[in-house]
Formats: sequence, C-alpha cells, structure tokens
Amino acid sequence: MPREFTPKVVTANALVEGDVVYLTENDEWTRHLSEAEVITDEAHAQLRQLQAETETETVVGVYLADVTPGATGPEPTHFREDFRRTGPSNYPHGKQAELTDV
Amino acid sequence: MYDYTDFDAAFVAERNRQFRAQVERRLAGALTEDEFKPLRLMNGLYLQLHAYMLRVAIPYGTLNSRQMRQLAYLAERWDKGYGHFTTRQNIQYNWPKLRDVPDMLDALAEVNMHAIQTSGNTIRNVTADHFAGAAADELADPRPVAELIRQWSTDHPEFQFLPRKFKIAVTGSPNDRAVTRAHDIGLQITEQNGELGYRVIVGGGLGRTPMIGKVLNDFVTQEDLLPYLEAVVSVWNLLGRRDNKYKSRIKITVHEHGIDDIRARVDERFAVIRPTFTGVDTQLFKEIKAAFAAPAFKTAPTALHDTTYQTDPIYRAWCDTNLATHRAPGYAIVQISLKAHGATPGDATAEQMRVMADLAEFYGHDELRISHEQNVILPHVHKSDLPAIHGILKRHGLATANIGLVSDIIACPGMDYCALATARSIPIAQQIATRFDELKLEHEIGDLKIKISGCINACGHHHVGHIGILGLDRAGVENYQITLGGDHTETAEVGQRTGPGFSADDIIPAIERLVQAYLTHRDGSQETFLQTYRRLGMAPFKAALYDEAQAYAAE
Repeated sequence: MPREFTPKVVTANALVEGDVVYLTENDEWTRHLSEAEVITDEAHAQLRQLQAETETETVVGVYLADVTPGATGPEPTHFREDFRRTGPSNYPHGKQAELTDV
Repeated sequence: MYDYTDFDAAFVAERNRQFRAQVERRLAGALTEDEFKPLRLMNGLYLQLHAYMLRVAIPYGTLNSRQMRQLAYLAERWDKGYGHFTTRQNIQYNWPKLRDVPDMLDALAEVNMHAIQTSGNTIRNVTADHFAGAAADELADPRPVAELIRQWSTDHPEFQFLPRKFKIAVTGSPNDRAVTRAHDIGLQITEQNGELGYRVIVGGGLGRTPMIGKVLNDFVTQEDLLPYLEAVVSVWNLLGRRDNKYKSRIKITVHEHGIDDIRARVDERFAVIRPTFTGVDTQLFKEIKAAFAAPAFKTAPTALHDTTYQTDPIYRAWCDTNLATHRAPGYAIVQISLKAHGATPGDATAEQMRVMADLAEFYGHDELRISHEQNVILPHVHKSDLPAIHGILKRHGLATANIGLVSDIIACPGMDYCALATARSIPIAQQIATRFDELKLEHEIGDLKIKISGCINACGHHHVGHIGILGLDRAGVENYQITLGGDHTETAEVGQRTGPGFSADDIIPAIERLVQAYLTHRDGSQETFLQTYRRLGMAPFKAALYDEAQAYAAE
C-alpha cells in the first residue's frame, strides 16, 4: 500500500502579474483554486510539479500546496494558502476583488 | 536638500536602462528566474504573496514636496492608489506588474529617487533621526553624513556581495530616535574638545538573534569616518559567516569574536586603507553640508496658535500629542500620524500624500520626513500656521492625535503581503488601535510603544517595543508571543518574553489586561509603562496575562 498522501495542487506566481496561479488538468494556469487539478498520488504530484517548473516564461516559484476536498472544489488546509487564494485582509484587493467565485 | 549632480543622474539613468533591458530579456525568456532574481532584488523588486513589491529608497527619510507628489503619482498610475511607509523610512508599493516597473523607476529618477540597494546583500538605505535638522536637542544635522555614506556605499565595488544585508543609522542627538543600537552600524554625532565626530556602535540588530550594538569607537573624526566605516565593513566581509545565513550578520561576528578582537582587526585594516583616502571625501562632505543648510526661519507672532490652543480642545489634544520641540523659536515639528484608529499602520493614499506635499510646500519649507515609526513629519512649521495645517489634516483623515500612544503601532506587512511572514500583523494592529479608541484610554495611558512583527525577522521591531508582539505559525494556526520592556532609544534593551503565546482572538484582550495592570500598578500618572515595568519587573504583568486567562478558562 502506498503511504498516505495529502492531496495537493500545483501553485506558483504569474511572471508578469505576480499573482497566484494554479495548474489545471489541461496544463493551463488558472487564478481560481476551485479549478485546480487535485493530485492524490505522490508520484503524479512530483511529475506535475516538474512539468510546471519548465514553464519559466509563465510562472515563478512553483510548489505543491496541501488541499482538502470541499463543496466547490479544493480548499486550502493552511491559512497562508487561504490568504494566497483570497488576498490581504486589510483591503478588498487581490483575488477577492478581481474574482467573483472565491 | 541634496540635489543629484549630473553624475548621480547619469548613474541612476544607466541603472534604469540596464534594468529595463533585463526585464525585457526575462519576459522574452533569455534570462531564467534564477538569473533574473538577483538583478531585480538589486533594484528593490521583490515577489511577495499576491504580487510584486517595489521598495523605493527614501534616503535618511527626507523628501521634498515634488518627490512626495511623484510617490503619489506612482501609487495611482501603477499601484492601487496607496503606498506603505516602512520602518526603514522607505516606501513600498504592493501591486506593481513586472512590465511596469521600469517605467516606475524612470518616474522616480525624474525626482532624484531610485530603488537601488533596497534589497540584497549590500549596504541598504541609510536611515536617520526623523527630526534631523529641526530637533532642539541636536548637536548637528545627521543627514549630510548620511548622504556621504549613501554616496560611498552605493555601488561600492567591494560591498556588492556581502555576507548579508547591512544597515546603517545615524543620529545627531543624544536622544536616539533612529534606533542606532539595533543597526549593523549606528552612528551618533558627538563632541570632543569642541570638535564634532562620531561614536561608532556595531553589532546591533533584531531578527532571530536580537543584539544591542556595542561601542566600537567612542570618537572618530570626520576625516577618518569613511575609511573607518570601510574598515569595519571589510573586516566583517572577510569574517562574516557565509556558511549560515542565520549567523551571517555582523551582530553574530561581533558576538563570536568579541568587540575587542573586532576593534583590533578594524584598527589594523584602518591603518592600511586610511592613506588611500586623499581628502576628497572631506571636501565632498563640505559641499553636501552646504546643501543641507537650514531654511531661513521667520520671526512672527504665534498669537493665532496660542488662542486656538486655549479655545479648541481637539486642536489642543493634537498639539500636545503630535508636536515636538523645534530648535528655532516660534517653530514646531509636526508629526502626522499614519495610524488613524483601525487603519493600516504606515499606509497613505495618493490623495493624502499630495495633501502632505502641499502642506510641506506652503507651510513647511518644502521638507518632509518619514519616521521609522511609519509616520510623516513636517520638520519646520511656524506655530502661526499650525491651526491651518490642523484643519487641512483633519479633512483628509490625517489629524489623529496619537503619536507615541498605544495606537501608534509599528506593524510590518505580515502575512497579508509578505512571503516570509508566519502570521498577520496588520489586523492585530488595527484591532488594538480600535479597541483602545473605544475605551478612550490612550491619553490616560500615555507613552506606550507597541511593535508587531509577523515573523522572527522582526521588521516590526517587536524586540524593542515596550510591548512587542511576534506572530508565529503554531501547527497551522496564528499564534502571538508577547515581549515586555523593550526600548529602542539610547537606553536600548531587548524585551523579555512573557510566556506562552496567544491566539489571534485572545491577543487583543491579553494586551488590554497588560495595560490595565500597568494602570493599576503605576506610581502616578507620570510613570510610563516602561518605567513601571522596570520598577516592578515581569511578575504583575505575567499575572495579568496568565492568571486571569486561567481564571476565565475555569469559569
């Protein structure tokens, strides 16, 4: 049996805008965590991260972030990822202002 | 103020041209991120949690109205209409796009500003007392020497790849408002036998391993200053621990080798390099000093201020709290609070920046300062102009009378913006300020400095806050540790931890209990929080923090 693996998404910052992006199943980058590919297999996660890291003209700082399944797609497990998904708490800036479905 | 020479302007223009080309090569894929990152950092561009962040140097915290207006323009044109003033007297923009940054840097160059060496392992922006040139207790204006050091350290070929960043602060007053004892080098202008010189303090710093700086040399003459500083930095450049970034700052080098060993090495190095300084620097210093000549202070009646002070209680409260003593008769130093209750500490909107620029131009000899406490200063204001200034500040949300009080909180950006942060700082500051405003207690409490950092790197100076708050990540939950008794002045001390931390929900009531304990135990209203703490020690505060918390939990 493979050891237990916390589901992950591949995330990074966009090179030009600098904002948070997530990798979808179709190899596209989305601004919505809810659209990200949820990876439940460790080997697949490593492969997806490696693939994403080759896209150096699109994204910066690729890594795997823990998620948990939610009603509308993956949800962050850590508060840092929650801020990355929404934006700062002192102003309605960032994703919470730019996106309507988070 | 210092104006760029043709050399300065050409240097900045060339750096901007280079950076524009570097950005283009990065976008075209000719530079990898690994290649580009050190280049963008040398120009003050970070990648944070939600966006890029551009840190612009405000040398020794001094601005004129034209520069402040340009900062407002950048905020509106390329950011979200505001800027964040930092504890190192810089301004940060939280939302630039990579493609726009070269244009932002060109716009800054139009007003003699840049973002060079605001990041990376170099000598950073030199900071100074924010009352420089105006303070009644000042021996000499620290800005000329800060400018000299800026010119010496900018693009210094030996110091572009130091073991770690290196920060210098200068004060011209015995009352230290520039936190010189928590800098890699702190300089204090002193006098010996009628001659002005410098006390050189090294090895201070906050962060993971807080240290109070030690006196390396009690008196260095003006002629010897630059070679002496060069000797200090080059000794550390060789000894500094490049193997471990947590041990690389000069505070650790001084701690590991001892101040006497460092002094001997500096003296040896100084003897070698002193002859290479031919006196050009002293000549240059004279020219710089002339550029910082004091404005022509006027003599005028202060009756308007005196009458308003007697008749308008809101004005009186603002004067009592936000003004400082000026060296010229009839003048005052105006401190504009960027800490309106519930607002983000250190943030100013573009409109507010323009208002402050206008006030400086019309009433303040065209001078502004940014304080390390994240406020803005009009250093030279005649008292007869104060009622008009107060009226204008009020209309723009800038007349909060809370300088030095419990709601005048230093807070780093924390996890709302910073990629290094382990917890948020800003909402904690907002909630503390709002709570004490509701209690209407802050003038009763008096002098109390709360400083909040969202990680161990201590950008929020929590170690030297009378009450320090450090936000940490404890098993995926924000947790806030409290330190007490820190002091950033000439009697600098690192605060002591009280014990276990508090959750985000519990930290505000905890701070309230601490302040109540102070009010209960103080020896009259003249005794400040810090004095009470020093007299009584930790015990009554610890009891207020933990005994009551346990009592509530048991209910």
